[in-house]
Amino acid sequence: MSVLVYAEHDNESLKIETNKLVHAALGVSSDIVVLVAGSGCAAIAEAAAKISGVCKVILADNAVYEHQLPENIADLVVEVAADYSHVFAAATTTGKNFMPRVAALLDVAQISDIIKVESEDTFVRPIYAGNAIATVQSTEIKKIVTVRAASFDAAANDGSASVELLDTIKTSEKSSYVSAELTVSARPELTAADVIISGGRGMQNGENFVLLNGIADKLGAAIGASRAAVDAGFVPNDMQVGQTGKIVAPQLYIAVGISGAIQHLAGMKDSKVIVAINKDEEAPIFSVADYGLVGDLFDLLPQLEAAL
Amino acid sequence: MKILVPVKRAVDYNVKVRVKPDNSGVDLNNVKMAINPFCEIAIEEAIRLKEKGVATEVVVVSIGDKACQEQIRTGLALGADRGIHIETDAGVVVDSLQVAKLLQKVVEAEKPDLVILGKQAIDSDNNQTGQMLAALTGMPQGTFASEVVVADGTVNVTREIDGGLQTVKLQLPAVVTTDLRLNEPRYASLPNIMKAKRKPIDVKPVADFDVDMTSKVTVIKVEAPAQRVGGVKVADVAELVHKLKNEAKVIA
Ligand SMILES: Cc1cc2nc3c(=O)[nH]c(=O)nc-3n(C[C@H](O)[C@H](O)[C@H](O)COP(=O)(O)OP(=O)(O)OC[C@H]3O[C@@H](n4cnc5c(N)ncnc54)[C@H](O)[C@@H]3O)c2cc1C
Ligand SMILES: Cc1cc2nc3c(=O)[nH]c(=O)nc-3n(C[C@H](O)[C@H](O)[C@H](O)COP(=O)(O)OP(=O)(O)OC[C@H]3O[C@@H](n4cnc5c(N)ncnc54)[C@H](O)[C@@H]3O)c2cc1C
Repeated sequence: MSVLVYAEHDNESLKIETNKLVHAALGVSSDIVVLVAGSGCAAIAEAAAKISGVCKVILADNAVYEHQLPENIADLVVEVAADYSHVFAAATTTGKNFMPRVAALLDVAQISDIIKVESEDTFVRPIYAGNAIATVQSTEIKKIVTVRAASFDAAANDGSASVELLDTIKTSEKSSYVSAELTVSARPELTAADVIISGGRGMQNGENFVLLNGIADKLGAAIGASRAAVDAGFVPNDMQVGQTGKIVAPQLYIAVGISGAIQHLAGMKDSKVIVAINKDEEAPIFSVADYGLVGDLFDLLPQLEAAL
Repeated sequence: MKILVPVKRAVDYNVKVRVKPDNSGVDLNNVKMAINPFCEIAIEEAIRLKEKGVATEVVVVSIGDKACQEQIRTGLALGADRGIHIETDAGVVVDSLQVAKLLQKVVEAEKPDLVILGKQAIDSDNNQTGQMLAALTGMPQGTFASEVVVADGTVNVTREIDGGLQTVKLQLPAVVTTDLRLNEPRYASLPNIMKAKRKPIDVKPVADFDVDMTSKVTVIKVEAPAQRVGGVKVADVAELVHKLKNEAKVIA
């Protein structure tokens, strides 16, 4: 039994998801190898080599891997995967994009978005927006698995594995990168933050999101949003929390002007402590909130900022 | 240009499903079913491409028992030209790889220039089928699309990714999967619903496709999630901050 873990990174830094993947992989085997594919990624491979429990890091450093194009990455992973019984990648937009290709090319079913490893072949995953939890067993020769990082602790960083270079180049004529519009923010990322404050349709417009800034600054929080707030154009898509957005499980989640639709709850109900601020005392969000504050957010947010 | 749109019959997104007492699955008896929302967005996109004169024909395909013809009809009422129904026995669960293999055969027969799927089905939340189909057919893929622009044998797809947006250029034929903000699907008008009744649906038994339908993934049990119980209402901001500091201890 051996697990190939696909490192999550943006060519600049290794993401905490990778530590969480390693932790999840330890549930299967102690033979864990991390694959870093990207461009200009030597430092990232070094960082991955420090994750406790990692036996070796394979670095495929080439311009063809810079934008994580799934055609290239899947072909690379299929080749490397030959030596492993399991492949784990994060259920991020990168992992979700290339992993099913890997599974199909290997002619095996994929297990998506696991929240628990029961054994080497049995995994737990939410279905129906988290309204049911399925335990599934796979008898495929290789297990291709995407992992919901928010459900696992992060492995520590006191290891010292070696880094091996791989010069395999996989590239496809059929697909090319054109451009990206990435959100730059000094705040922590949603999937890595200990505290998140999210705004919904109740915020009324994008400008009002500044009301969350001061609180986020004081708490070192990331700022999220409901789908309604994103659809209305208040904030960009990468801030959406929920079934079809990001799945988060911070220590503290503060929902402001969010009603609590099941699709939103699916993305945040595993948070340790949930606070809801809503003017409608019947709002469903209160049924999952540890602390509910009924009132107008335009009065309460400035008060909260001042009180912190 | 021909567009193929695979659509899935799924539980209506407003339904809060319940787990069966014997933990064998979720109870779908008398539950409202509908076209998976992401598939609806896929049909809408295909129809818009047809209305713009980019596409000439839109074909919807669904895999499932007889009941999924309802969703094919919905697609036809929204403007698709014809339907293909790959019929399975009632109650059979088809996994994503099998769906992708069946769709691969449809692609070989129909030779579409573009296949538009939903990014995920809201029941199984797998998010696999489009990518698997792309790999099996050797097509490039643009997943989680929020914008699709077809020009000169290529398609530019803007994708919603964790860090923001990414645009890729794909050679046709290609696979696209839809995200929520790609478009807002229309409602079918009554005349179009009537017209759809006369549009053809080609029904083929799954056995004709020579795809191994035995799944290597078995569901051992399905349980209800741990219930989160609502907590308390606090009177004001001061009480909230006090409790977060001293009771929950999540802020300093
Ligand atoms: C297929 C599908 C996938 C989806 N995926 C997601 C997803 O990933 N994430 C997601 O969030 N949603 C998702 N949704 C949408 C979801 O169903 C809801 O429509 C959405 O979450 C509602 O957002 P909201 O709570 O901000 O808005 P609303 O439901 O409109 O709630 C606004 C709330 O603000 C409160 N409010 C208004 N003004 C004030 C004020 N001044 N002070 C205090 N409170 C105020 C109101 O009382 C209300 O409760 C999805 C839907 C579908 C169909
Ligand atoms: C309790 C339970 C647990 C399950 N667990 C697993 C599991 O762990 N692994 C697994 O592989 N399967 C599992 N299944 C089967 C699963 O429900 C789906 O039937 C199957 O995986 C089909 O893919 P999807 O809908 O998830 O595809 P997704 O990849 O989420 O769907 C994306 C798109 O593919 C297209 N599509 C999907 N299905 C069809 C179809 N039938 N006809 C036409 N187009 C379609 C649609 O365009 C859709 O928007 C489980 C089922 C149940 C009831």
